[in-house]
Parts: sequence; C-alpha cells; structure tokens
Amino acid sequence: MTEMTDEQKIKVARQFMEALPHSHHLQMSLERIDAGIAEISMPYDEKLIGDPETGVVHGGAVSALMDTCCGAAVISHPSVPTATATIDIRIDYMRPATPGQGLFARAECYHVTRSVAFVRATTYDDDRDRPVATATGAFTVERTTRSGAKS
Amino acid sequence: MIRKAPEPVQVVRQRRDDALRALVDSVPYIRFLGIHFDRRGDELTAILPFDQKLIGNPILPALHGGVTAAFMEVTALIVLSWTLSWERMENGVRDVDHWQGKHLPKIPKTIDLTVDYLRSGLPRDAYARATVNRSGRRYASVHVEGWQDNRDRMFAQATGHFLMPEQDG
Repeated sequence: MTEMTDEQKIKVARQFMEALPHSHHLQMSLERIDAGIAEISMPYDEKLIGDPETGVVHGGAVSALMDTCCGAAVISHPSVPTATATIDIRIDYMRPATPGQGLFARAECYHVTRSVAFVRATTYDDDRDRPVATATGAFTVERTTRSGAKS
Repeated sequence: MIRKAPEPVQVVRQRRDDALRALVDSVPYIRFLGIHFDRRGDELTAILPFDQKLIGNPILPALHGGVTAAFMEVTALIVLSWTLSWERMENGVRDVDHWQGKHLPKIPKTIDLTVDYLRSGLPRDAYARATVNRSGRRYASVHVEGWQDNRDRMFAQATGHFLMPEQDG
C-alpha cells in the first residue's frame, strides 16, 4: 500500500463518510476532519423522535451519530489505513436532547495500536456546556489490502 | 362454586396485540428504521427488514454500526416496556385500553448501552431478542442478542441500563 500524506488521508476519509447511505439518510454533515479528530452535525428531524410526547430524539439516532463520528476519527488518524469497523462502543446518556435542536458530535481517536484504535466522543445540542451523551469505543485497524494480503 | 368462564382466545389475543401495537407504533424512529415485533405469548422477537438506507459501508456492503446499536436499543426498550405492561395487563389493569392517542405508557429511559459487534451486519433481515436480567423499582438491566441467518451466530449483543418510569397507580 502506498503511503498517503495526511492531507490525502483526510480527503479519503471525507469521501468515505459522505458515501455512507445511512449517514446520508440521517442528513449527517461532516463539519471538521483532522488527524484523529472528527466533528459531525445532524439536524433535528421528526422521524428521529423516540418519545412522541416530548419530541425528544431517540437514543438510537444519537448512537448512530456517535458511531459514525468515531469511525471518521479513526480513519482520519495518520497511522490507520483507510478502513475500520466497530469492535464495541459504550454510550452514556446524560440528558435528553432539547426537542427542535440539531445535534453535534465530536470524536477523538486518542490511541492506536497495530490492531486497535481507541476513541471517545461527546454529543451536544445547542448548549455546548452540557453534553447530551458520551461514548467510548474500540475500533479495528484493518491492515488487509484489496488482494487479501496482510500488509 | 361457579368458576368464571375463561375469556375467548380472540379477545385475549386482540388485547395483547393492540397493547404491543400501541407501544411500538407510537415511536417515529422505530417506524423510520422499519422495526416490527413478532409475539409468541409474552416473548417478543424484533425484526429489522433489510433496506438500502441501513447500509454503512457500501463497498462490503454492511449494516451501519449505528443501525445495529439503534436496533439493540429499540429491542431492549420495547421488551422492557412490554414486560412491565404485560404484568399490568394480566393483572387486570386495563389502562391498555386508553393507550391509543395521548395516554401511552411511560417508556424507560436509557442510562447507558454497550454494544459488542461480533460480525459485520450482512445486507439481510436482522432479528433480536432481549432478556430483562434485573428489573427493580428504579433501574433495570437488559441484555440483547442480535442475529441474522443463523440463530447460533450472533452478529451483535448489547447490555443496557435503564431508568424506570415513575409508577402512577
């Protein structure tokens, strides 16, 4: 595999994120991607409601946002090739997101070994001082090339 | 002593199916993902029919990890709510009749959820069942198993903790 510059990696990571059908359906938008850091926003939408009485977004939609954001942070990391998959993710819900407000997630890939990338993420609504949810996850570092050979 | 005649099976079945439908159909996000529930007595199986919009990686292709997490969480929440409703229903608390419209049962709130991705989600229907391992007055712990073609090969499992709704009567 030819080495890519950080700039090329970030470009590939951006293209990859924007090609994910589910993320596209949730109208996720990549706000920032840098070496090991990703920020993604997702607008409020009635189809994401989990509690019909209050209009609060379902936890599952928050999970989808953070899983995507964590994945983006991993593939933008300089020492990770272009692919990854979630091994596990733990999500903590601090408070319900305010109905009508969009969500914003920020993920940081803070450590990478030969096989595993460690990530943490936080989700906010318009109030950036009080997180809606946090996540910690372990992701695979895929070192298999297209031909199937390990690099 | 005269024993009360058992209720006709259609009546019992109708009541249980209506209760389940009221619980599931009220949540827009469950409709968006297309999840529905199969009931055998009190046992529920969640079904996530495959759809192109559930894809994460289009090259493999594989289900989006976020979809898997959401599927696990929806299953845990509905099964937990269902378990609470079932007890009330079977004990003759007929608030189920009033669930249509505004008077839905209060749903537990997720405190945390850990999802274990065992295999990549194939572009096929997915199934899940949840077990309520502990259900206290304030907190509950629920485990979920998800599979696709083969029941013995889980593609994901999850454990979540939930804050119970305040009981009103």
